[in-house]
Amino acid sequence: MTSVADPIAGPSHADAPRPSSRAAVSPEALPVVTAVNPRELRLDLFRGLALWLIFIDHLPQNLLTWLTIRNYGFSDATEIFIFISGYTAAFVYGRAMQEQGTVVASARILKRVWQIYVAHVFLFTIFLAEISYVATRFQNPLYAEEMGILDFLKEPDVTIVQALLLRFRPVNMDVLPLYIVLMLFLPLILWLMRRRADFTLGLSVLIYALTWEFDWHLTAYPNGTWAFNPFAWQLLFVFGAWCALGGAVRMARILNSPITLWICIAYLAGSFWVTLTWHIPQIHHLLPKQLEQWMYPINKPDLDVLRFAHFLALAALTVRFLPKDWPALKSIWLRPMVLCGQHSLEIFCIGVFLAFAGQFFLGEIAGGALMHGLVSLAGIVIMSAAAWVFSWYKRVNAKGGGRVRTTSASTADADLAGGGA
Amino acid sequence: MTLLHRTRWRHVALLTLLACGPARAEDPAPQSCDVPAYLLTSESSLPKVKAAAKPGGTLNILVIGSRSAVIGLSDQSGAFPNRLQAYLAERLSGMTVNVALELQVKKTAEEMAPTLEKLVGDKKPDLVIWQTGTVDAMRQVDGEDFRNALDEGVAAMKTAGTDVILMNLQYSPRTESMISGSAYLDNMRVVAQQHDIPLFDRFAIMRQWNENGDFDLFSPAPGTALAKRVHDCLGRALSTFVVETAHIKTEDLRIQR
Repeated sequence: MTSVADPIAGPSHADAPRPSSRAAVSPEALPVVTAVNPRELRLDLFRGLALWLIFIDHLPQNLLTWLTIRNYGFSDATEIFIFISGYTAAFVYGRAMQEQGTVVASARILKRVWQIYVAHVFLFTIFLAEISYVATRFQNPLYAEEMGILDFLKEPDVTIVQALLLRFRPVNMDVLPLYIVLMLFLPLILWLMRRRADFTLGLSVLIYALTWEFDWHLTAYPNGTWAFNPFAWQLLFVFGAWCALGGAVRMARILNSPITLWICIAYLAGSFWVTLTWHIPQIHHLLPKQLEQWMYPINKPDLDVLRFAHFLALAALTVRFLPKDWPALKSIWLRPMVLCGQHSLEIFCIGVFLAFAGQFFLGEIAGGALMHGLVSLAGIVIMSAAAWVFSWYKRVNAKGGGRVRTTSASTADADLAGGGA
Repeated sequence: MTLLHRTRWRHVALLTLLACGPARAEDPAPQSCDVPAYLLTSESSLPKVKAAAKPGGTLNILVIGSRSAVIGLSDQSGAFPNRLQAYLAERLSGMTVNVALELQVKKTAEEMAPTLEKLVGDKKPDLVIWQTGTVDAMRQVDGEDFRNALDEGVAAMKTAGTDVILMNLQYSPRTESMISGSAYLDNMRVVAQQHDIPLFDRFAIMRQWNENGDFDLFSPAPGTALAKRVHDCLGRALSTFVVETAHIKTEDLRIQR
């Protein structure tokens, strides 16, 4: 979301030759490594926000759910998360490719993929534990049919293997597999993008279009398809990478134009209005039937163009109205969100775990709107506290081990930033 | 027993968590299952039902559903189709109401759709209530396939000459972390709009009941009593839905002309 931002920081930035990688104007000018490279806090902030929203959306509906952006337009936190992930991954590993060469950088990316995979398997184990418990305790004749979902527990030999193959994904566990696949292709994307940035983006758009045309997808177990189709969602990831490697700078003029501004505002208002008709059935008849037939269904698995456009509009406005050096970014109040964004993989996993735990708590121990609110808040506090601990550990560790390692500080920094990539 | 046990647990949990407000379970509300008016009607119409609704007439309804149209594995007596018949018979006292149930256990919409035309041809109902989506959600059937199947099924039934109401999934909080129903709910709404047929939003209604404290749908082992009360309320809501949507003036039915 924010990422588009750096380039936009004003025309002065684009013009003035700054030793920061963000000054890279043309695709040929690969990111330059600098010793002092202040973190782009807006990226962290919005990724932190996306993580919080994903957590809240994974809990059963409650009051806080109304704060999440999916209730106000077409796109939701997943778009933010994937885009920023593409952006930071390209930024960090693009620099690594520059510094250490394609092979080493690719190896580092694959190591990251492995970490994400392990995290996914870990979450799956927790999920198994939860539903096994429910399966043995829950006997409600009203839901005899729904409980059939637990039948897969009867054949763990198949289920667990399918889970390891990323084909069996329980509800709420769809983001990491998508992320794993996207990261797996990152070396290729980066390699190509560092040479032909616009061509790579064009290729990505082409794959997206072909996906819609030919219905490309990955199958899931026991049937159906991936909830986030990687062939479609790669567009956001690659677009993020493209922005990070100079694309955003080149878009500055478009982004700063008043026409863009008004298109974005009009589009966001329109989509808000449509969303309103979902929640207030009484006004549903105000929506023209023809618009409805043209527009619906808004396809999430294949990243509907309407969703993508909604995200672009949100991002464009954010970049325009939230300056890079906005003082509040460093304020203590936004600190928890920023910290969460800086450790996104860990916090994402904790968020999924907390959503399981929260559902379990609300179901087995205490329910009600008040408990619901408390569980949501407690989750966010725990996520923030964990992020703070990670930051602290990283800092202490860096101080202790910094002298031993001969690699430059920027490598360590890359790990930190890539930590969430 | 279990309920008591659970309430105590809530109490303990509340104390330990220093929660300040009382949980809803502490003061059980009198049993009610009111449904907001907007969930009990639809802009679409039911012309066949309307036509059948005259003094001395007969209204034949066919419920086609999966297992959530019965209680437990097969108990039909207290399930919503039966309750619907009872409530409709009461409200439409000047006429005969028959509700039949065609149970298609573990069938997805795609598996059901091809059978519907023949079913309607054989039974000749004025109204079909097609309850579906649950099995599809559990098997994570592709959204587009699901939508096409609904589309095909509804079109076939309309051509065969009956009104159609779609009924969506149950609200099932306990399995929310395992079954994601949102795509299926959306698709059912879309198809209902496309064909201009009413959608009985069972999901929203049951969620409302759960949130208002009318029913504790989270309850781990409530026995069949809760299920029976829920189905009774569903039958009642559904009867109102049919009467309201078809714009039947119940008082006119009693006047013999």
